[in-house]
Amino acid sequence: MTGESGVRALSGRAVGELTLDAVRRGELGLPDLRIHPETLERQAAVAAAHSNPQLAENLLRAAELTRLRDEEVLAIYDALRPGRSTPGKLTDLAAGLAERGLPRCAELLREAAEIYARRGLCA
Amino acid sequence: MASQLSGGGERPEGSDAERPVGRVRFMDAQRVNLDGFAREDAGLGLVALHSPNDPEPNLVVCDGRVVELDGVPEAAFDSIDAYIARHGLDLTASDEAMALSDTEFARRLVSPDVPRTEIVRLSAGATPAKLARVLAMLRPAELGQAMTKLRARRTPSNQAHVTNRLDDPLLLAADSATAAAFGFREIETTVPVLADAPSNALACLIGAAVGAQGVLMQCSVEEALELELGMRGLTSYAETISLYGTEQVFVDGDDTPWSKAFLTSAYASRGMKMRVSSGAGAEVLMAGAEGKSMLYLEARCVALARAIGAQGVQNGGIDGASVAASVPRGLRELMAENLMVMMRNLESCSGNDALMSESDMRRTSRTLPILLAGSDFMFSGFGSIQRYDNMFGPSNFNAEDIDDFLAMQRDWGIDGGLRTVPAAQIENVRRDGAQACRAVYRYLGLADFTDHHLERAVDAAGSKDLGDTDTLAVVSAAQAIREGGLTVIDVIAALDETGYEAEAERIMAMTRARLAGDYLQTSAIFDEELRVLSLITDPNDYAGPGTGYEPSPERLREIDAIRQQRGVEDLRSEQARFAAPLLAVTGHASPGQDPRDVVIGVSPAVGRDVWRCLSGITVPAVLAELLAGLEEEGCAGRVVRFSDTVDLGRIGLAAARLAGSGIGIGLQGKGTALIHRRDLAPLANLELYSVAPTVTRELYRLLGANAARHARGGTPDPARNPYSDEAIEARYHTTVIALMELERGRVRPGAPPEELSQEGLR
Repeated sequence: MTGESGVRALSGRAVGELTLDAVRRGELGLPDLRIHPETLERQAAVAAAHSNPQLAENLLRAAELTRLRDEEVLAIYDALRPGRSTPGKLTDLAAGLAERGLPRCAELLREAAEIYARRGLCA
Repeated sequence: MASQLSGGGERPEGSDAERPVGRVRFMDAQRVNLDGFAREDAGLGLVALHSPNDPEPNLVVCDGRVVELDGVPEAAFDSIDAYIARHGLDLTASDEAMALSDTEFARRLVSPDVPRTEIVRLSAGATPAKLARVLAMLRPAELGQAMTKLRARRTPSNQAHVTNRLDDPLLLAADSATAAAFGFREIETTVPVLADAPSNALACLIGAAVGAQGVLMQCSVEEALELELGMRGLTSYAETISLYGTEQVFVDGDDTPWSKAFLTSAYASRGMKMRVSSGAGAEVLMAGAEGKSMLYLEARCVALARAIGAQGVQNGGIDGASVAASVPRGLRELMAENLMVMMRNLESCSGNDALMSESDMRRTSRTLPILLAGSDFMFSGFGSIQRYDNMFGPSNFNAEDIDDFLAMQRDWGIDGGLRTVPAAQIENVRRDGAQACRAVYRYLGLADFTDHHLERAVDAAGSKDLGDTDTLAVVSAAQAIREGGLTVIDVIAALDETGYEAEAERIMAMTRARLAGDYLQTSAIFDEELRVLSLITDPNDYAGPGTGYEPSPERLREIDAIRQQRGVEDLRSEQARFAAPLLAVTGHASPGQDPRDVVIGVSPAVGRDVWRCLSGITVPAVLAELLAGLEEEGCAGRVVRFSDTVDLGRIGLAAARLAGSGIGIGLQGKGTALIHRRDLAPLANLELYSVAPTVTRELYRLLGANAARHARGGTPDPARNPYSDEAIEARYHTTVIALMELERGRVRPGAPPEELSQEGLR
């Protein structure tokens, strides 16, 4: 349990500043509603300490994904659906993500490329 | 062979020898026979706990790599095997877990002496086939015991469906407020018309904020739109991310374990709680069960759910619940699914969300064991609205059953997450919800709703009570929300501007709390003070009797105080409403000399605290009928109150001894009546109406007439009790106890009998 103290939104704004007054002043936008990657990393540590390394890994992947735009996230999801991508496309996507500092997501895509090729799940 | 039949119609002779006898026709006509029951058929996957095609559990690990899983070598792994093998198992625990005998593993599940953490550790090392094999051993009561111990969150809770056929925003807001007031901690909506989804999410969000703080919101639609609504803060969790137990069905569903793993992270990256959805029957319905048992296929789903990093699973049949229910031991299988989720250290949202039988008994039998054991979410959608308005299809429990559910909580002293809401409060939250919703839609230029529409939404028990509505307005409102990029900030601002500051503040506080991320942990809900209750903050600590979750004294009072409960004082004031200026005391009652004199003896509280019988007929009206009956047969009645006993036999006998004819009628205030004769034992009688609630005026008149016939030395055909098939005792016993207390309160030992005035009785 970490609570709200010290928590920031993706915009960098302290969560404590998300108030009705701030809404009235028209200061808040979508980035103020988004979770911060550090928050997800902290939660990952909590999950790992409570016997769920897989949930921790998921939260760490999520921390990486906070850097991508919504459309890009949805595009990668679509590329991972069966019959959408060649193994090459998936490994290219993976390489791009690795380059941009999303190693865990990149690994997920590389693994998918390998298994999809073997199981006939590629385009 | 019977030549005459009663009930079920006549059986024609000769012409239709195949037709069963009436007794069988009567059984055939019962609702349970509308259900489909399947012969077990392993080839089709119509088998609950174990199929001959299920693999033997095994696990071969070589240099830290799984090279064989449940009989399948690595080279032959399908995508589900591959994902579980690479990510789903704790290989430090697997040797121990796999070496444990099924019986020993099963015993540890049940034993209060083996802590939950130990089961979680072992289960993490067990393959899907191993867990399926172990769970198939548990008997129903053992499943319950294990569930009590193994669910992740200490405090149980509940989820509601809030939908309607019209996607009417005001009704959704009113119903969402109502669901929140009843105590549901998650609300799931969906749409009959996909384009309406943003409007439904918004209306439910507003309604929930009116009803209670901290309710999580979900709008179940296709993945991209659902994610988009979450990204804008209009919803706060998702659960319809489906997993399947065979690769073929998984791919037919247009996903793979990797696409689902990515989606799971995508939700978390936008700060949304999510759980996946699986459950028996889905593979069977898609003809893709590959001959495996439901429990084994679900074991694969649950192992995969853990492997991809989801915090929880909605299972227990879900859409396939009635498939599981159609085969032998299907309900055991459904409960075992939930338990498997708990063993894998995940949140269980325990199904019960699809009407699995036309029979009230069978659907109760399906749900009750889970209520008794307690789960993170008892239902993955209790239909808080009427069956016909449930756009997921009717749930196993619906608005029709809320009072039943509240009574069941009270009967067993268990916490199913719901509470009684006083009628006035229901009206208030419905009105506030609908008004706030209307104000926001108007302020944001989404739609305008009339006062008439609002009043109907407040009053409606369902969308059929709304009359004609403008459904196109909903579509265009939804379009405006989507295209205008409306976010929760706009909603907060609109609520604030239109006078709903408290609701605006609630949603703002929830938005802040979500950003802390604590609610992304296993089994997390917010309580009404916005504290997160989860595996981390509220871990289940059951270790046998006297441990684990127990409702607090305050919560227990809330569970106990259903609105139908009554006490002596409630009954006293109810009786007082029927008091009349009748039955005044005219003096001491003396023995009669006239052979036509019949005394009607009444109980101590009659004419004082008790004025109305259980049948709803007033005591003076009953006396009038008795007197008229006596008169018809040539006798004259007197009304005498006996204050020294509440026993009807003694009252009747004392009346008979006072009567010139030697015949008396005894009448208790609750309406029980008898005819007595002065030479009989107190507990004997000539005629008796013991079932007071069903006695009619005509029957009282007949009793009076028969008393007169006895007085004249005749032998009348005795009056008979009107028996019925209703649960008379359930309806009236509590009232009888209170009425008898009123009677006893007027008892004065040794008090002489009093004659009462008959004025105004005819």
